[in-house]
Amino acid sequence: MTTSLDGSALAGPLSEVFAVDITRGIGRCANCGDSNPIGRVDVYLDAPGSVGRCPSCEHVLIRLTRSPDRLWLDMQGLISLELPIP
Amino acid sequence: MAGTAVLGGLRWLVATVTELRDETTTARTIVLDVPGWPGHQAGQHVDLRLTAEDGYSTERSYSIASASHGEHIELTVQVVPDGEVSPYLGRVLAVGYQIELRGPVGGWFVWPATSSPNPTVLYAGGSGIVPLMAMVRARALLGSAVPFRLVYSARRPEDVIYGDELAGYAATDPGFTVSYVYTREGPADSSRRPGRIDEPTVSHAEFGRDSDVFVCGPNPFVETVTRLLGKAKHDPRRIRTERFGSQGGTS
Repeated sequence: MTTSLDGSALAGPLSEVFAVDITRGIGRCANCGDSNPIGRVDVYLDAPGSVGRCPSCEHVLIRLTRSPDRLWLDMQGLISLELPIP
Repeated sequence: MAGTAVLGGLRWLVATVTELRDETTTARTIVLDVPGWPGHQAGQHVDLRLTAEDGYSTERSYSIASASHGEHIELTVQVVPDGEVSPYLGRVLAVGYQIELRGPVGGWFVWPATSSPNPTVLYAGGSGIVPLMAMVRARALLGSAVPFRLVYSARRPEDVIYGDELAGYAATDPGFTVSYVYTREGPADSSRRPGRIDEPTVSHAEFGRDSDVFVCGPNPFVETVTRLLGKAKHDPRRIRTERFGSQGGTS
């Protein structure tokens, strides 16, 4: 059985890409249009890589995969990302 | 160079173990000195990176148990017998050992100490107590009067982590209460039959639909509590959860 975690599970890996903590941001789903905090996204780590799904409709919002020297980030499931500026 | 280049904001820091405390037969607190630690908010976690002599490296997330205080942080690790990392942290690690860590990580599951006057209910399932304990400690350190209720679900009384410290807060601070739910075996003098957290427990702990709620524990615990909060018509925007999965903080 796959188990889902909360968006916090992506905070560490995504800190390698973003200068700000995106789990404090709000993402809008490209499928259903709902806006949810990234901290509330359902995260699956069991896949080859990490997958974040919309808590409203389960659409894939974020995919993050890494190898020893490379990182792939796919955010096509998000229309927008709204972030607080420190 | 893999592992050394930093694209974003967080760097890997080298931490030194300064103290180890057994909390229960399976949970151990690790006190770390982290030069360069920038401070943290209650509820945040760190990523630990452990590298074997053959170069094999693995990362795990652990919640911070302590309130932010200088360059020391405390983690409490629950040993999972067949885990890859926790037996090392719980049994092998000794004072003076060094480990790599990155943090503080995560700005979502945090108690906003100064900006939140809201009464707050904390639901802990097993070692899910750890980030919630950081909130309890941060509140105590600040001398905050914001009402806090902690509902702590454990298998048996002997599995309770931080029991004496929690009893101390409850005895001296009228704004803080703790209640226990035992799922396997309760104390002899308890009137409640052992069992999972239920509707009366949640409705009794409620401050109101708009109060803040933090829930941390294994997946089934978090799902049960959020379902019961839903039945109590609690505002879902006020509920923050942190779930342990197969690769979460308990491995």
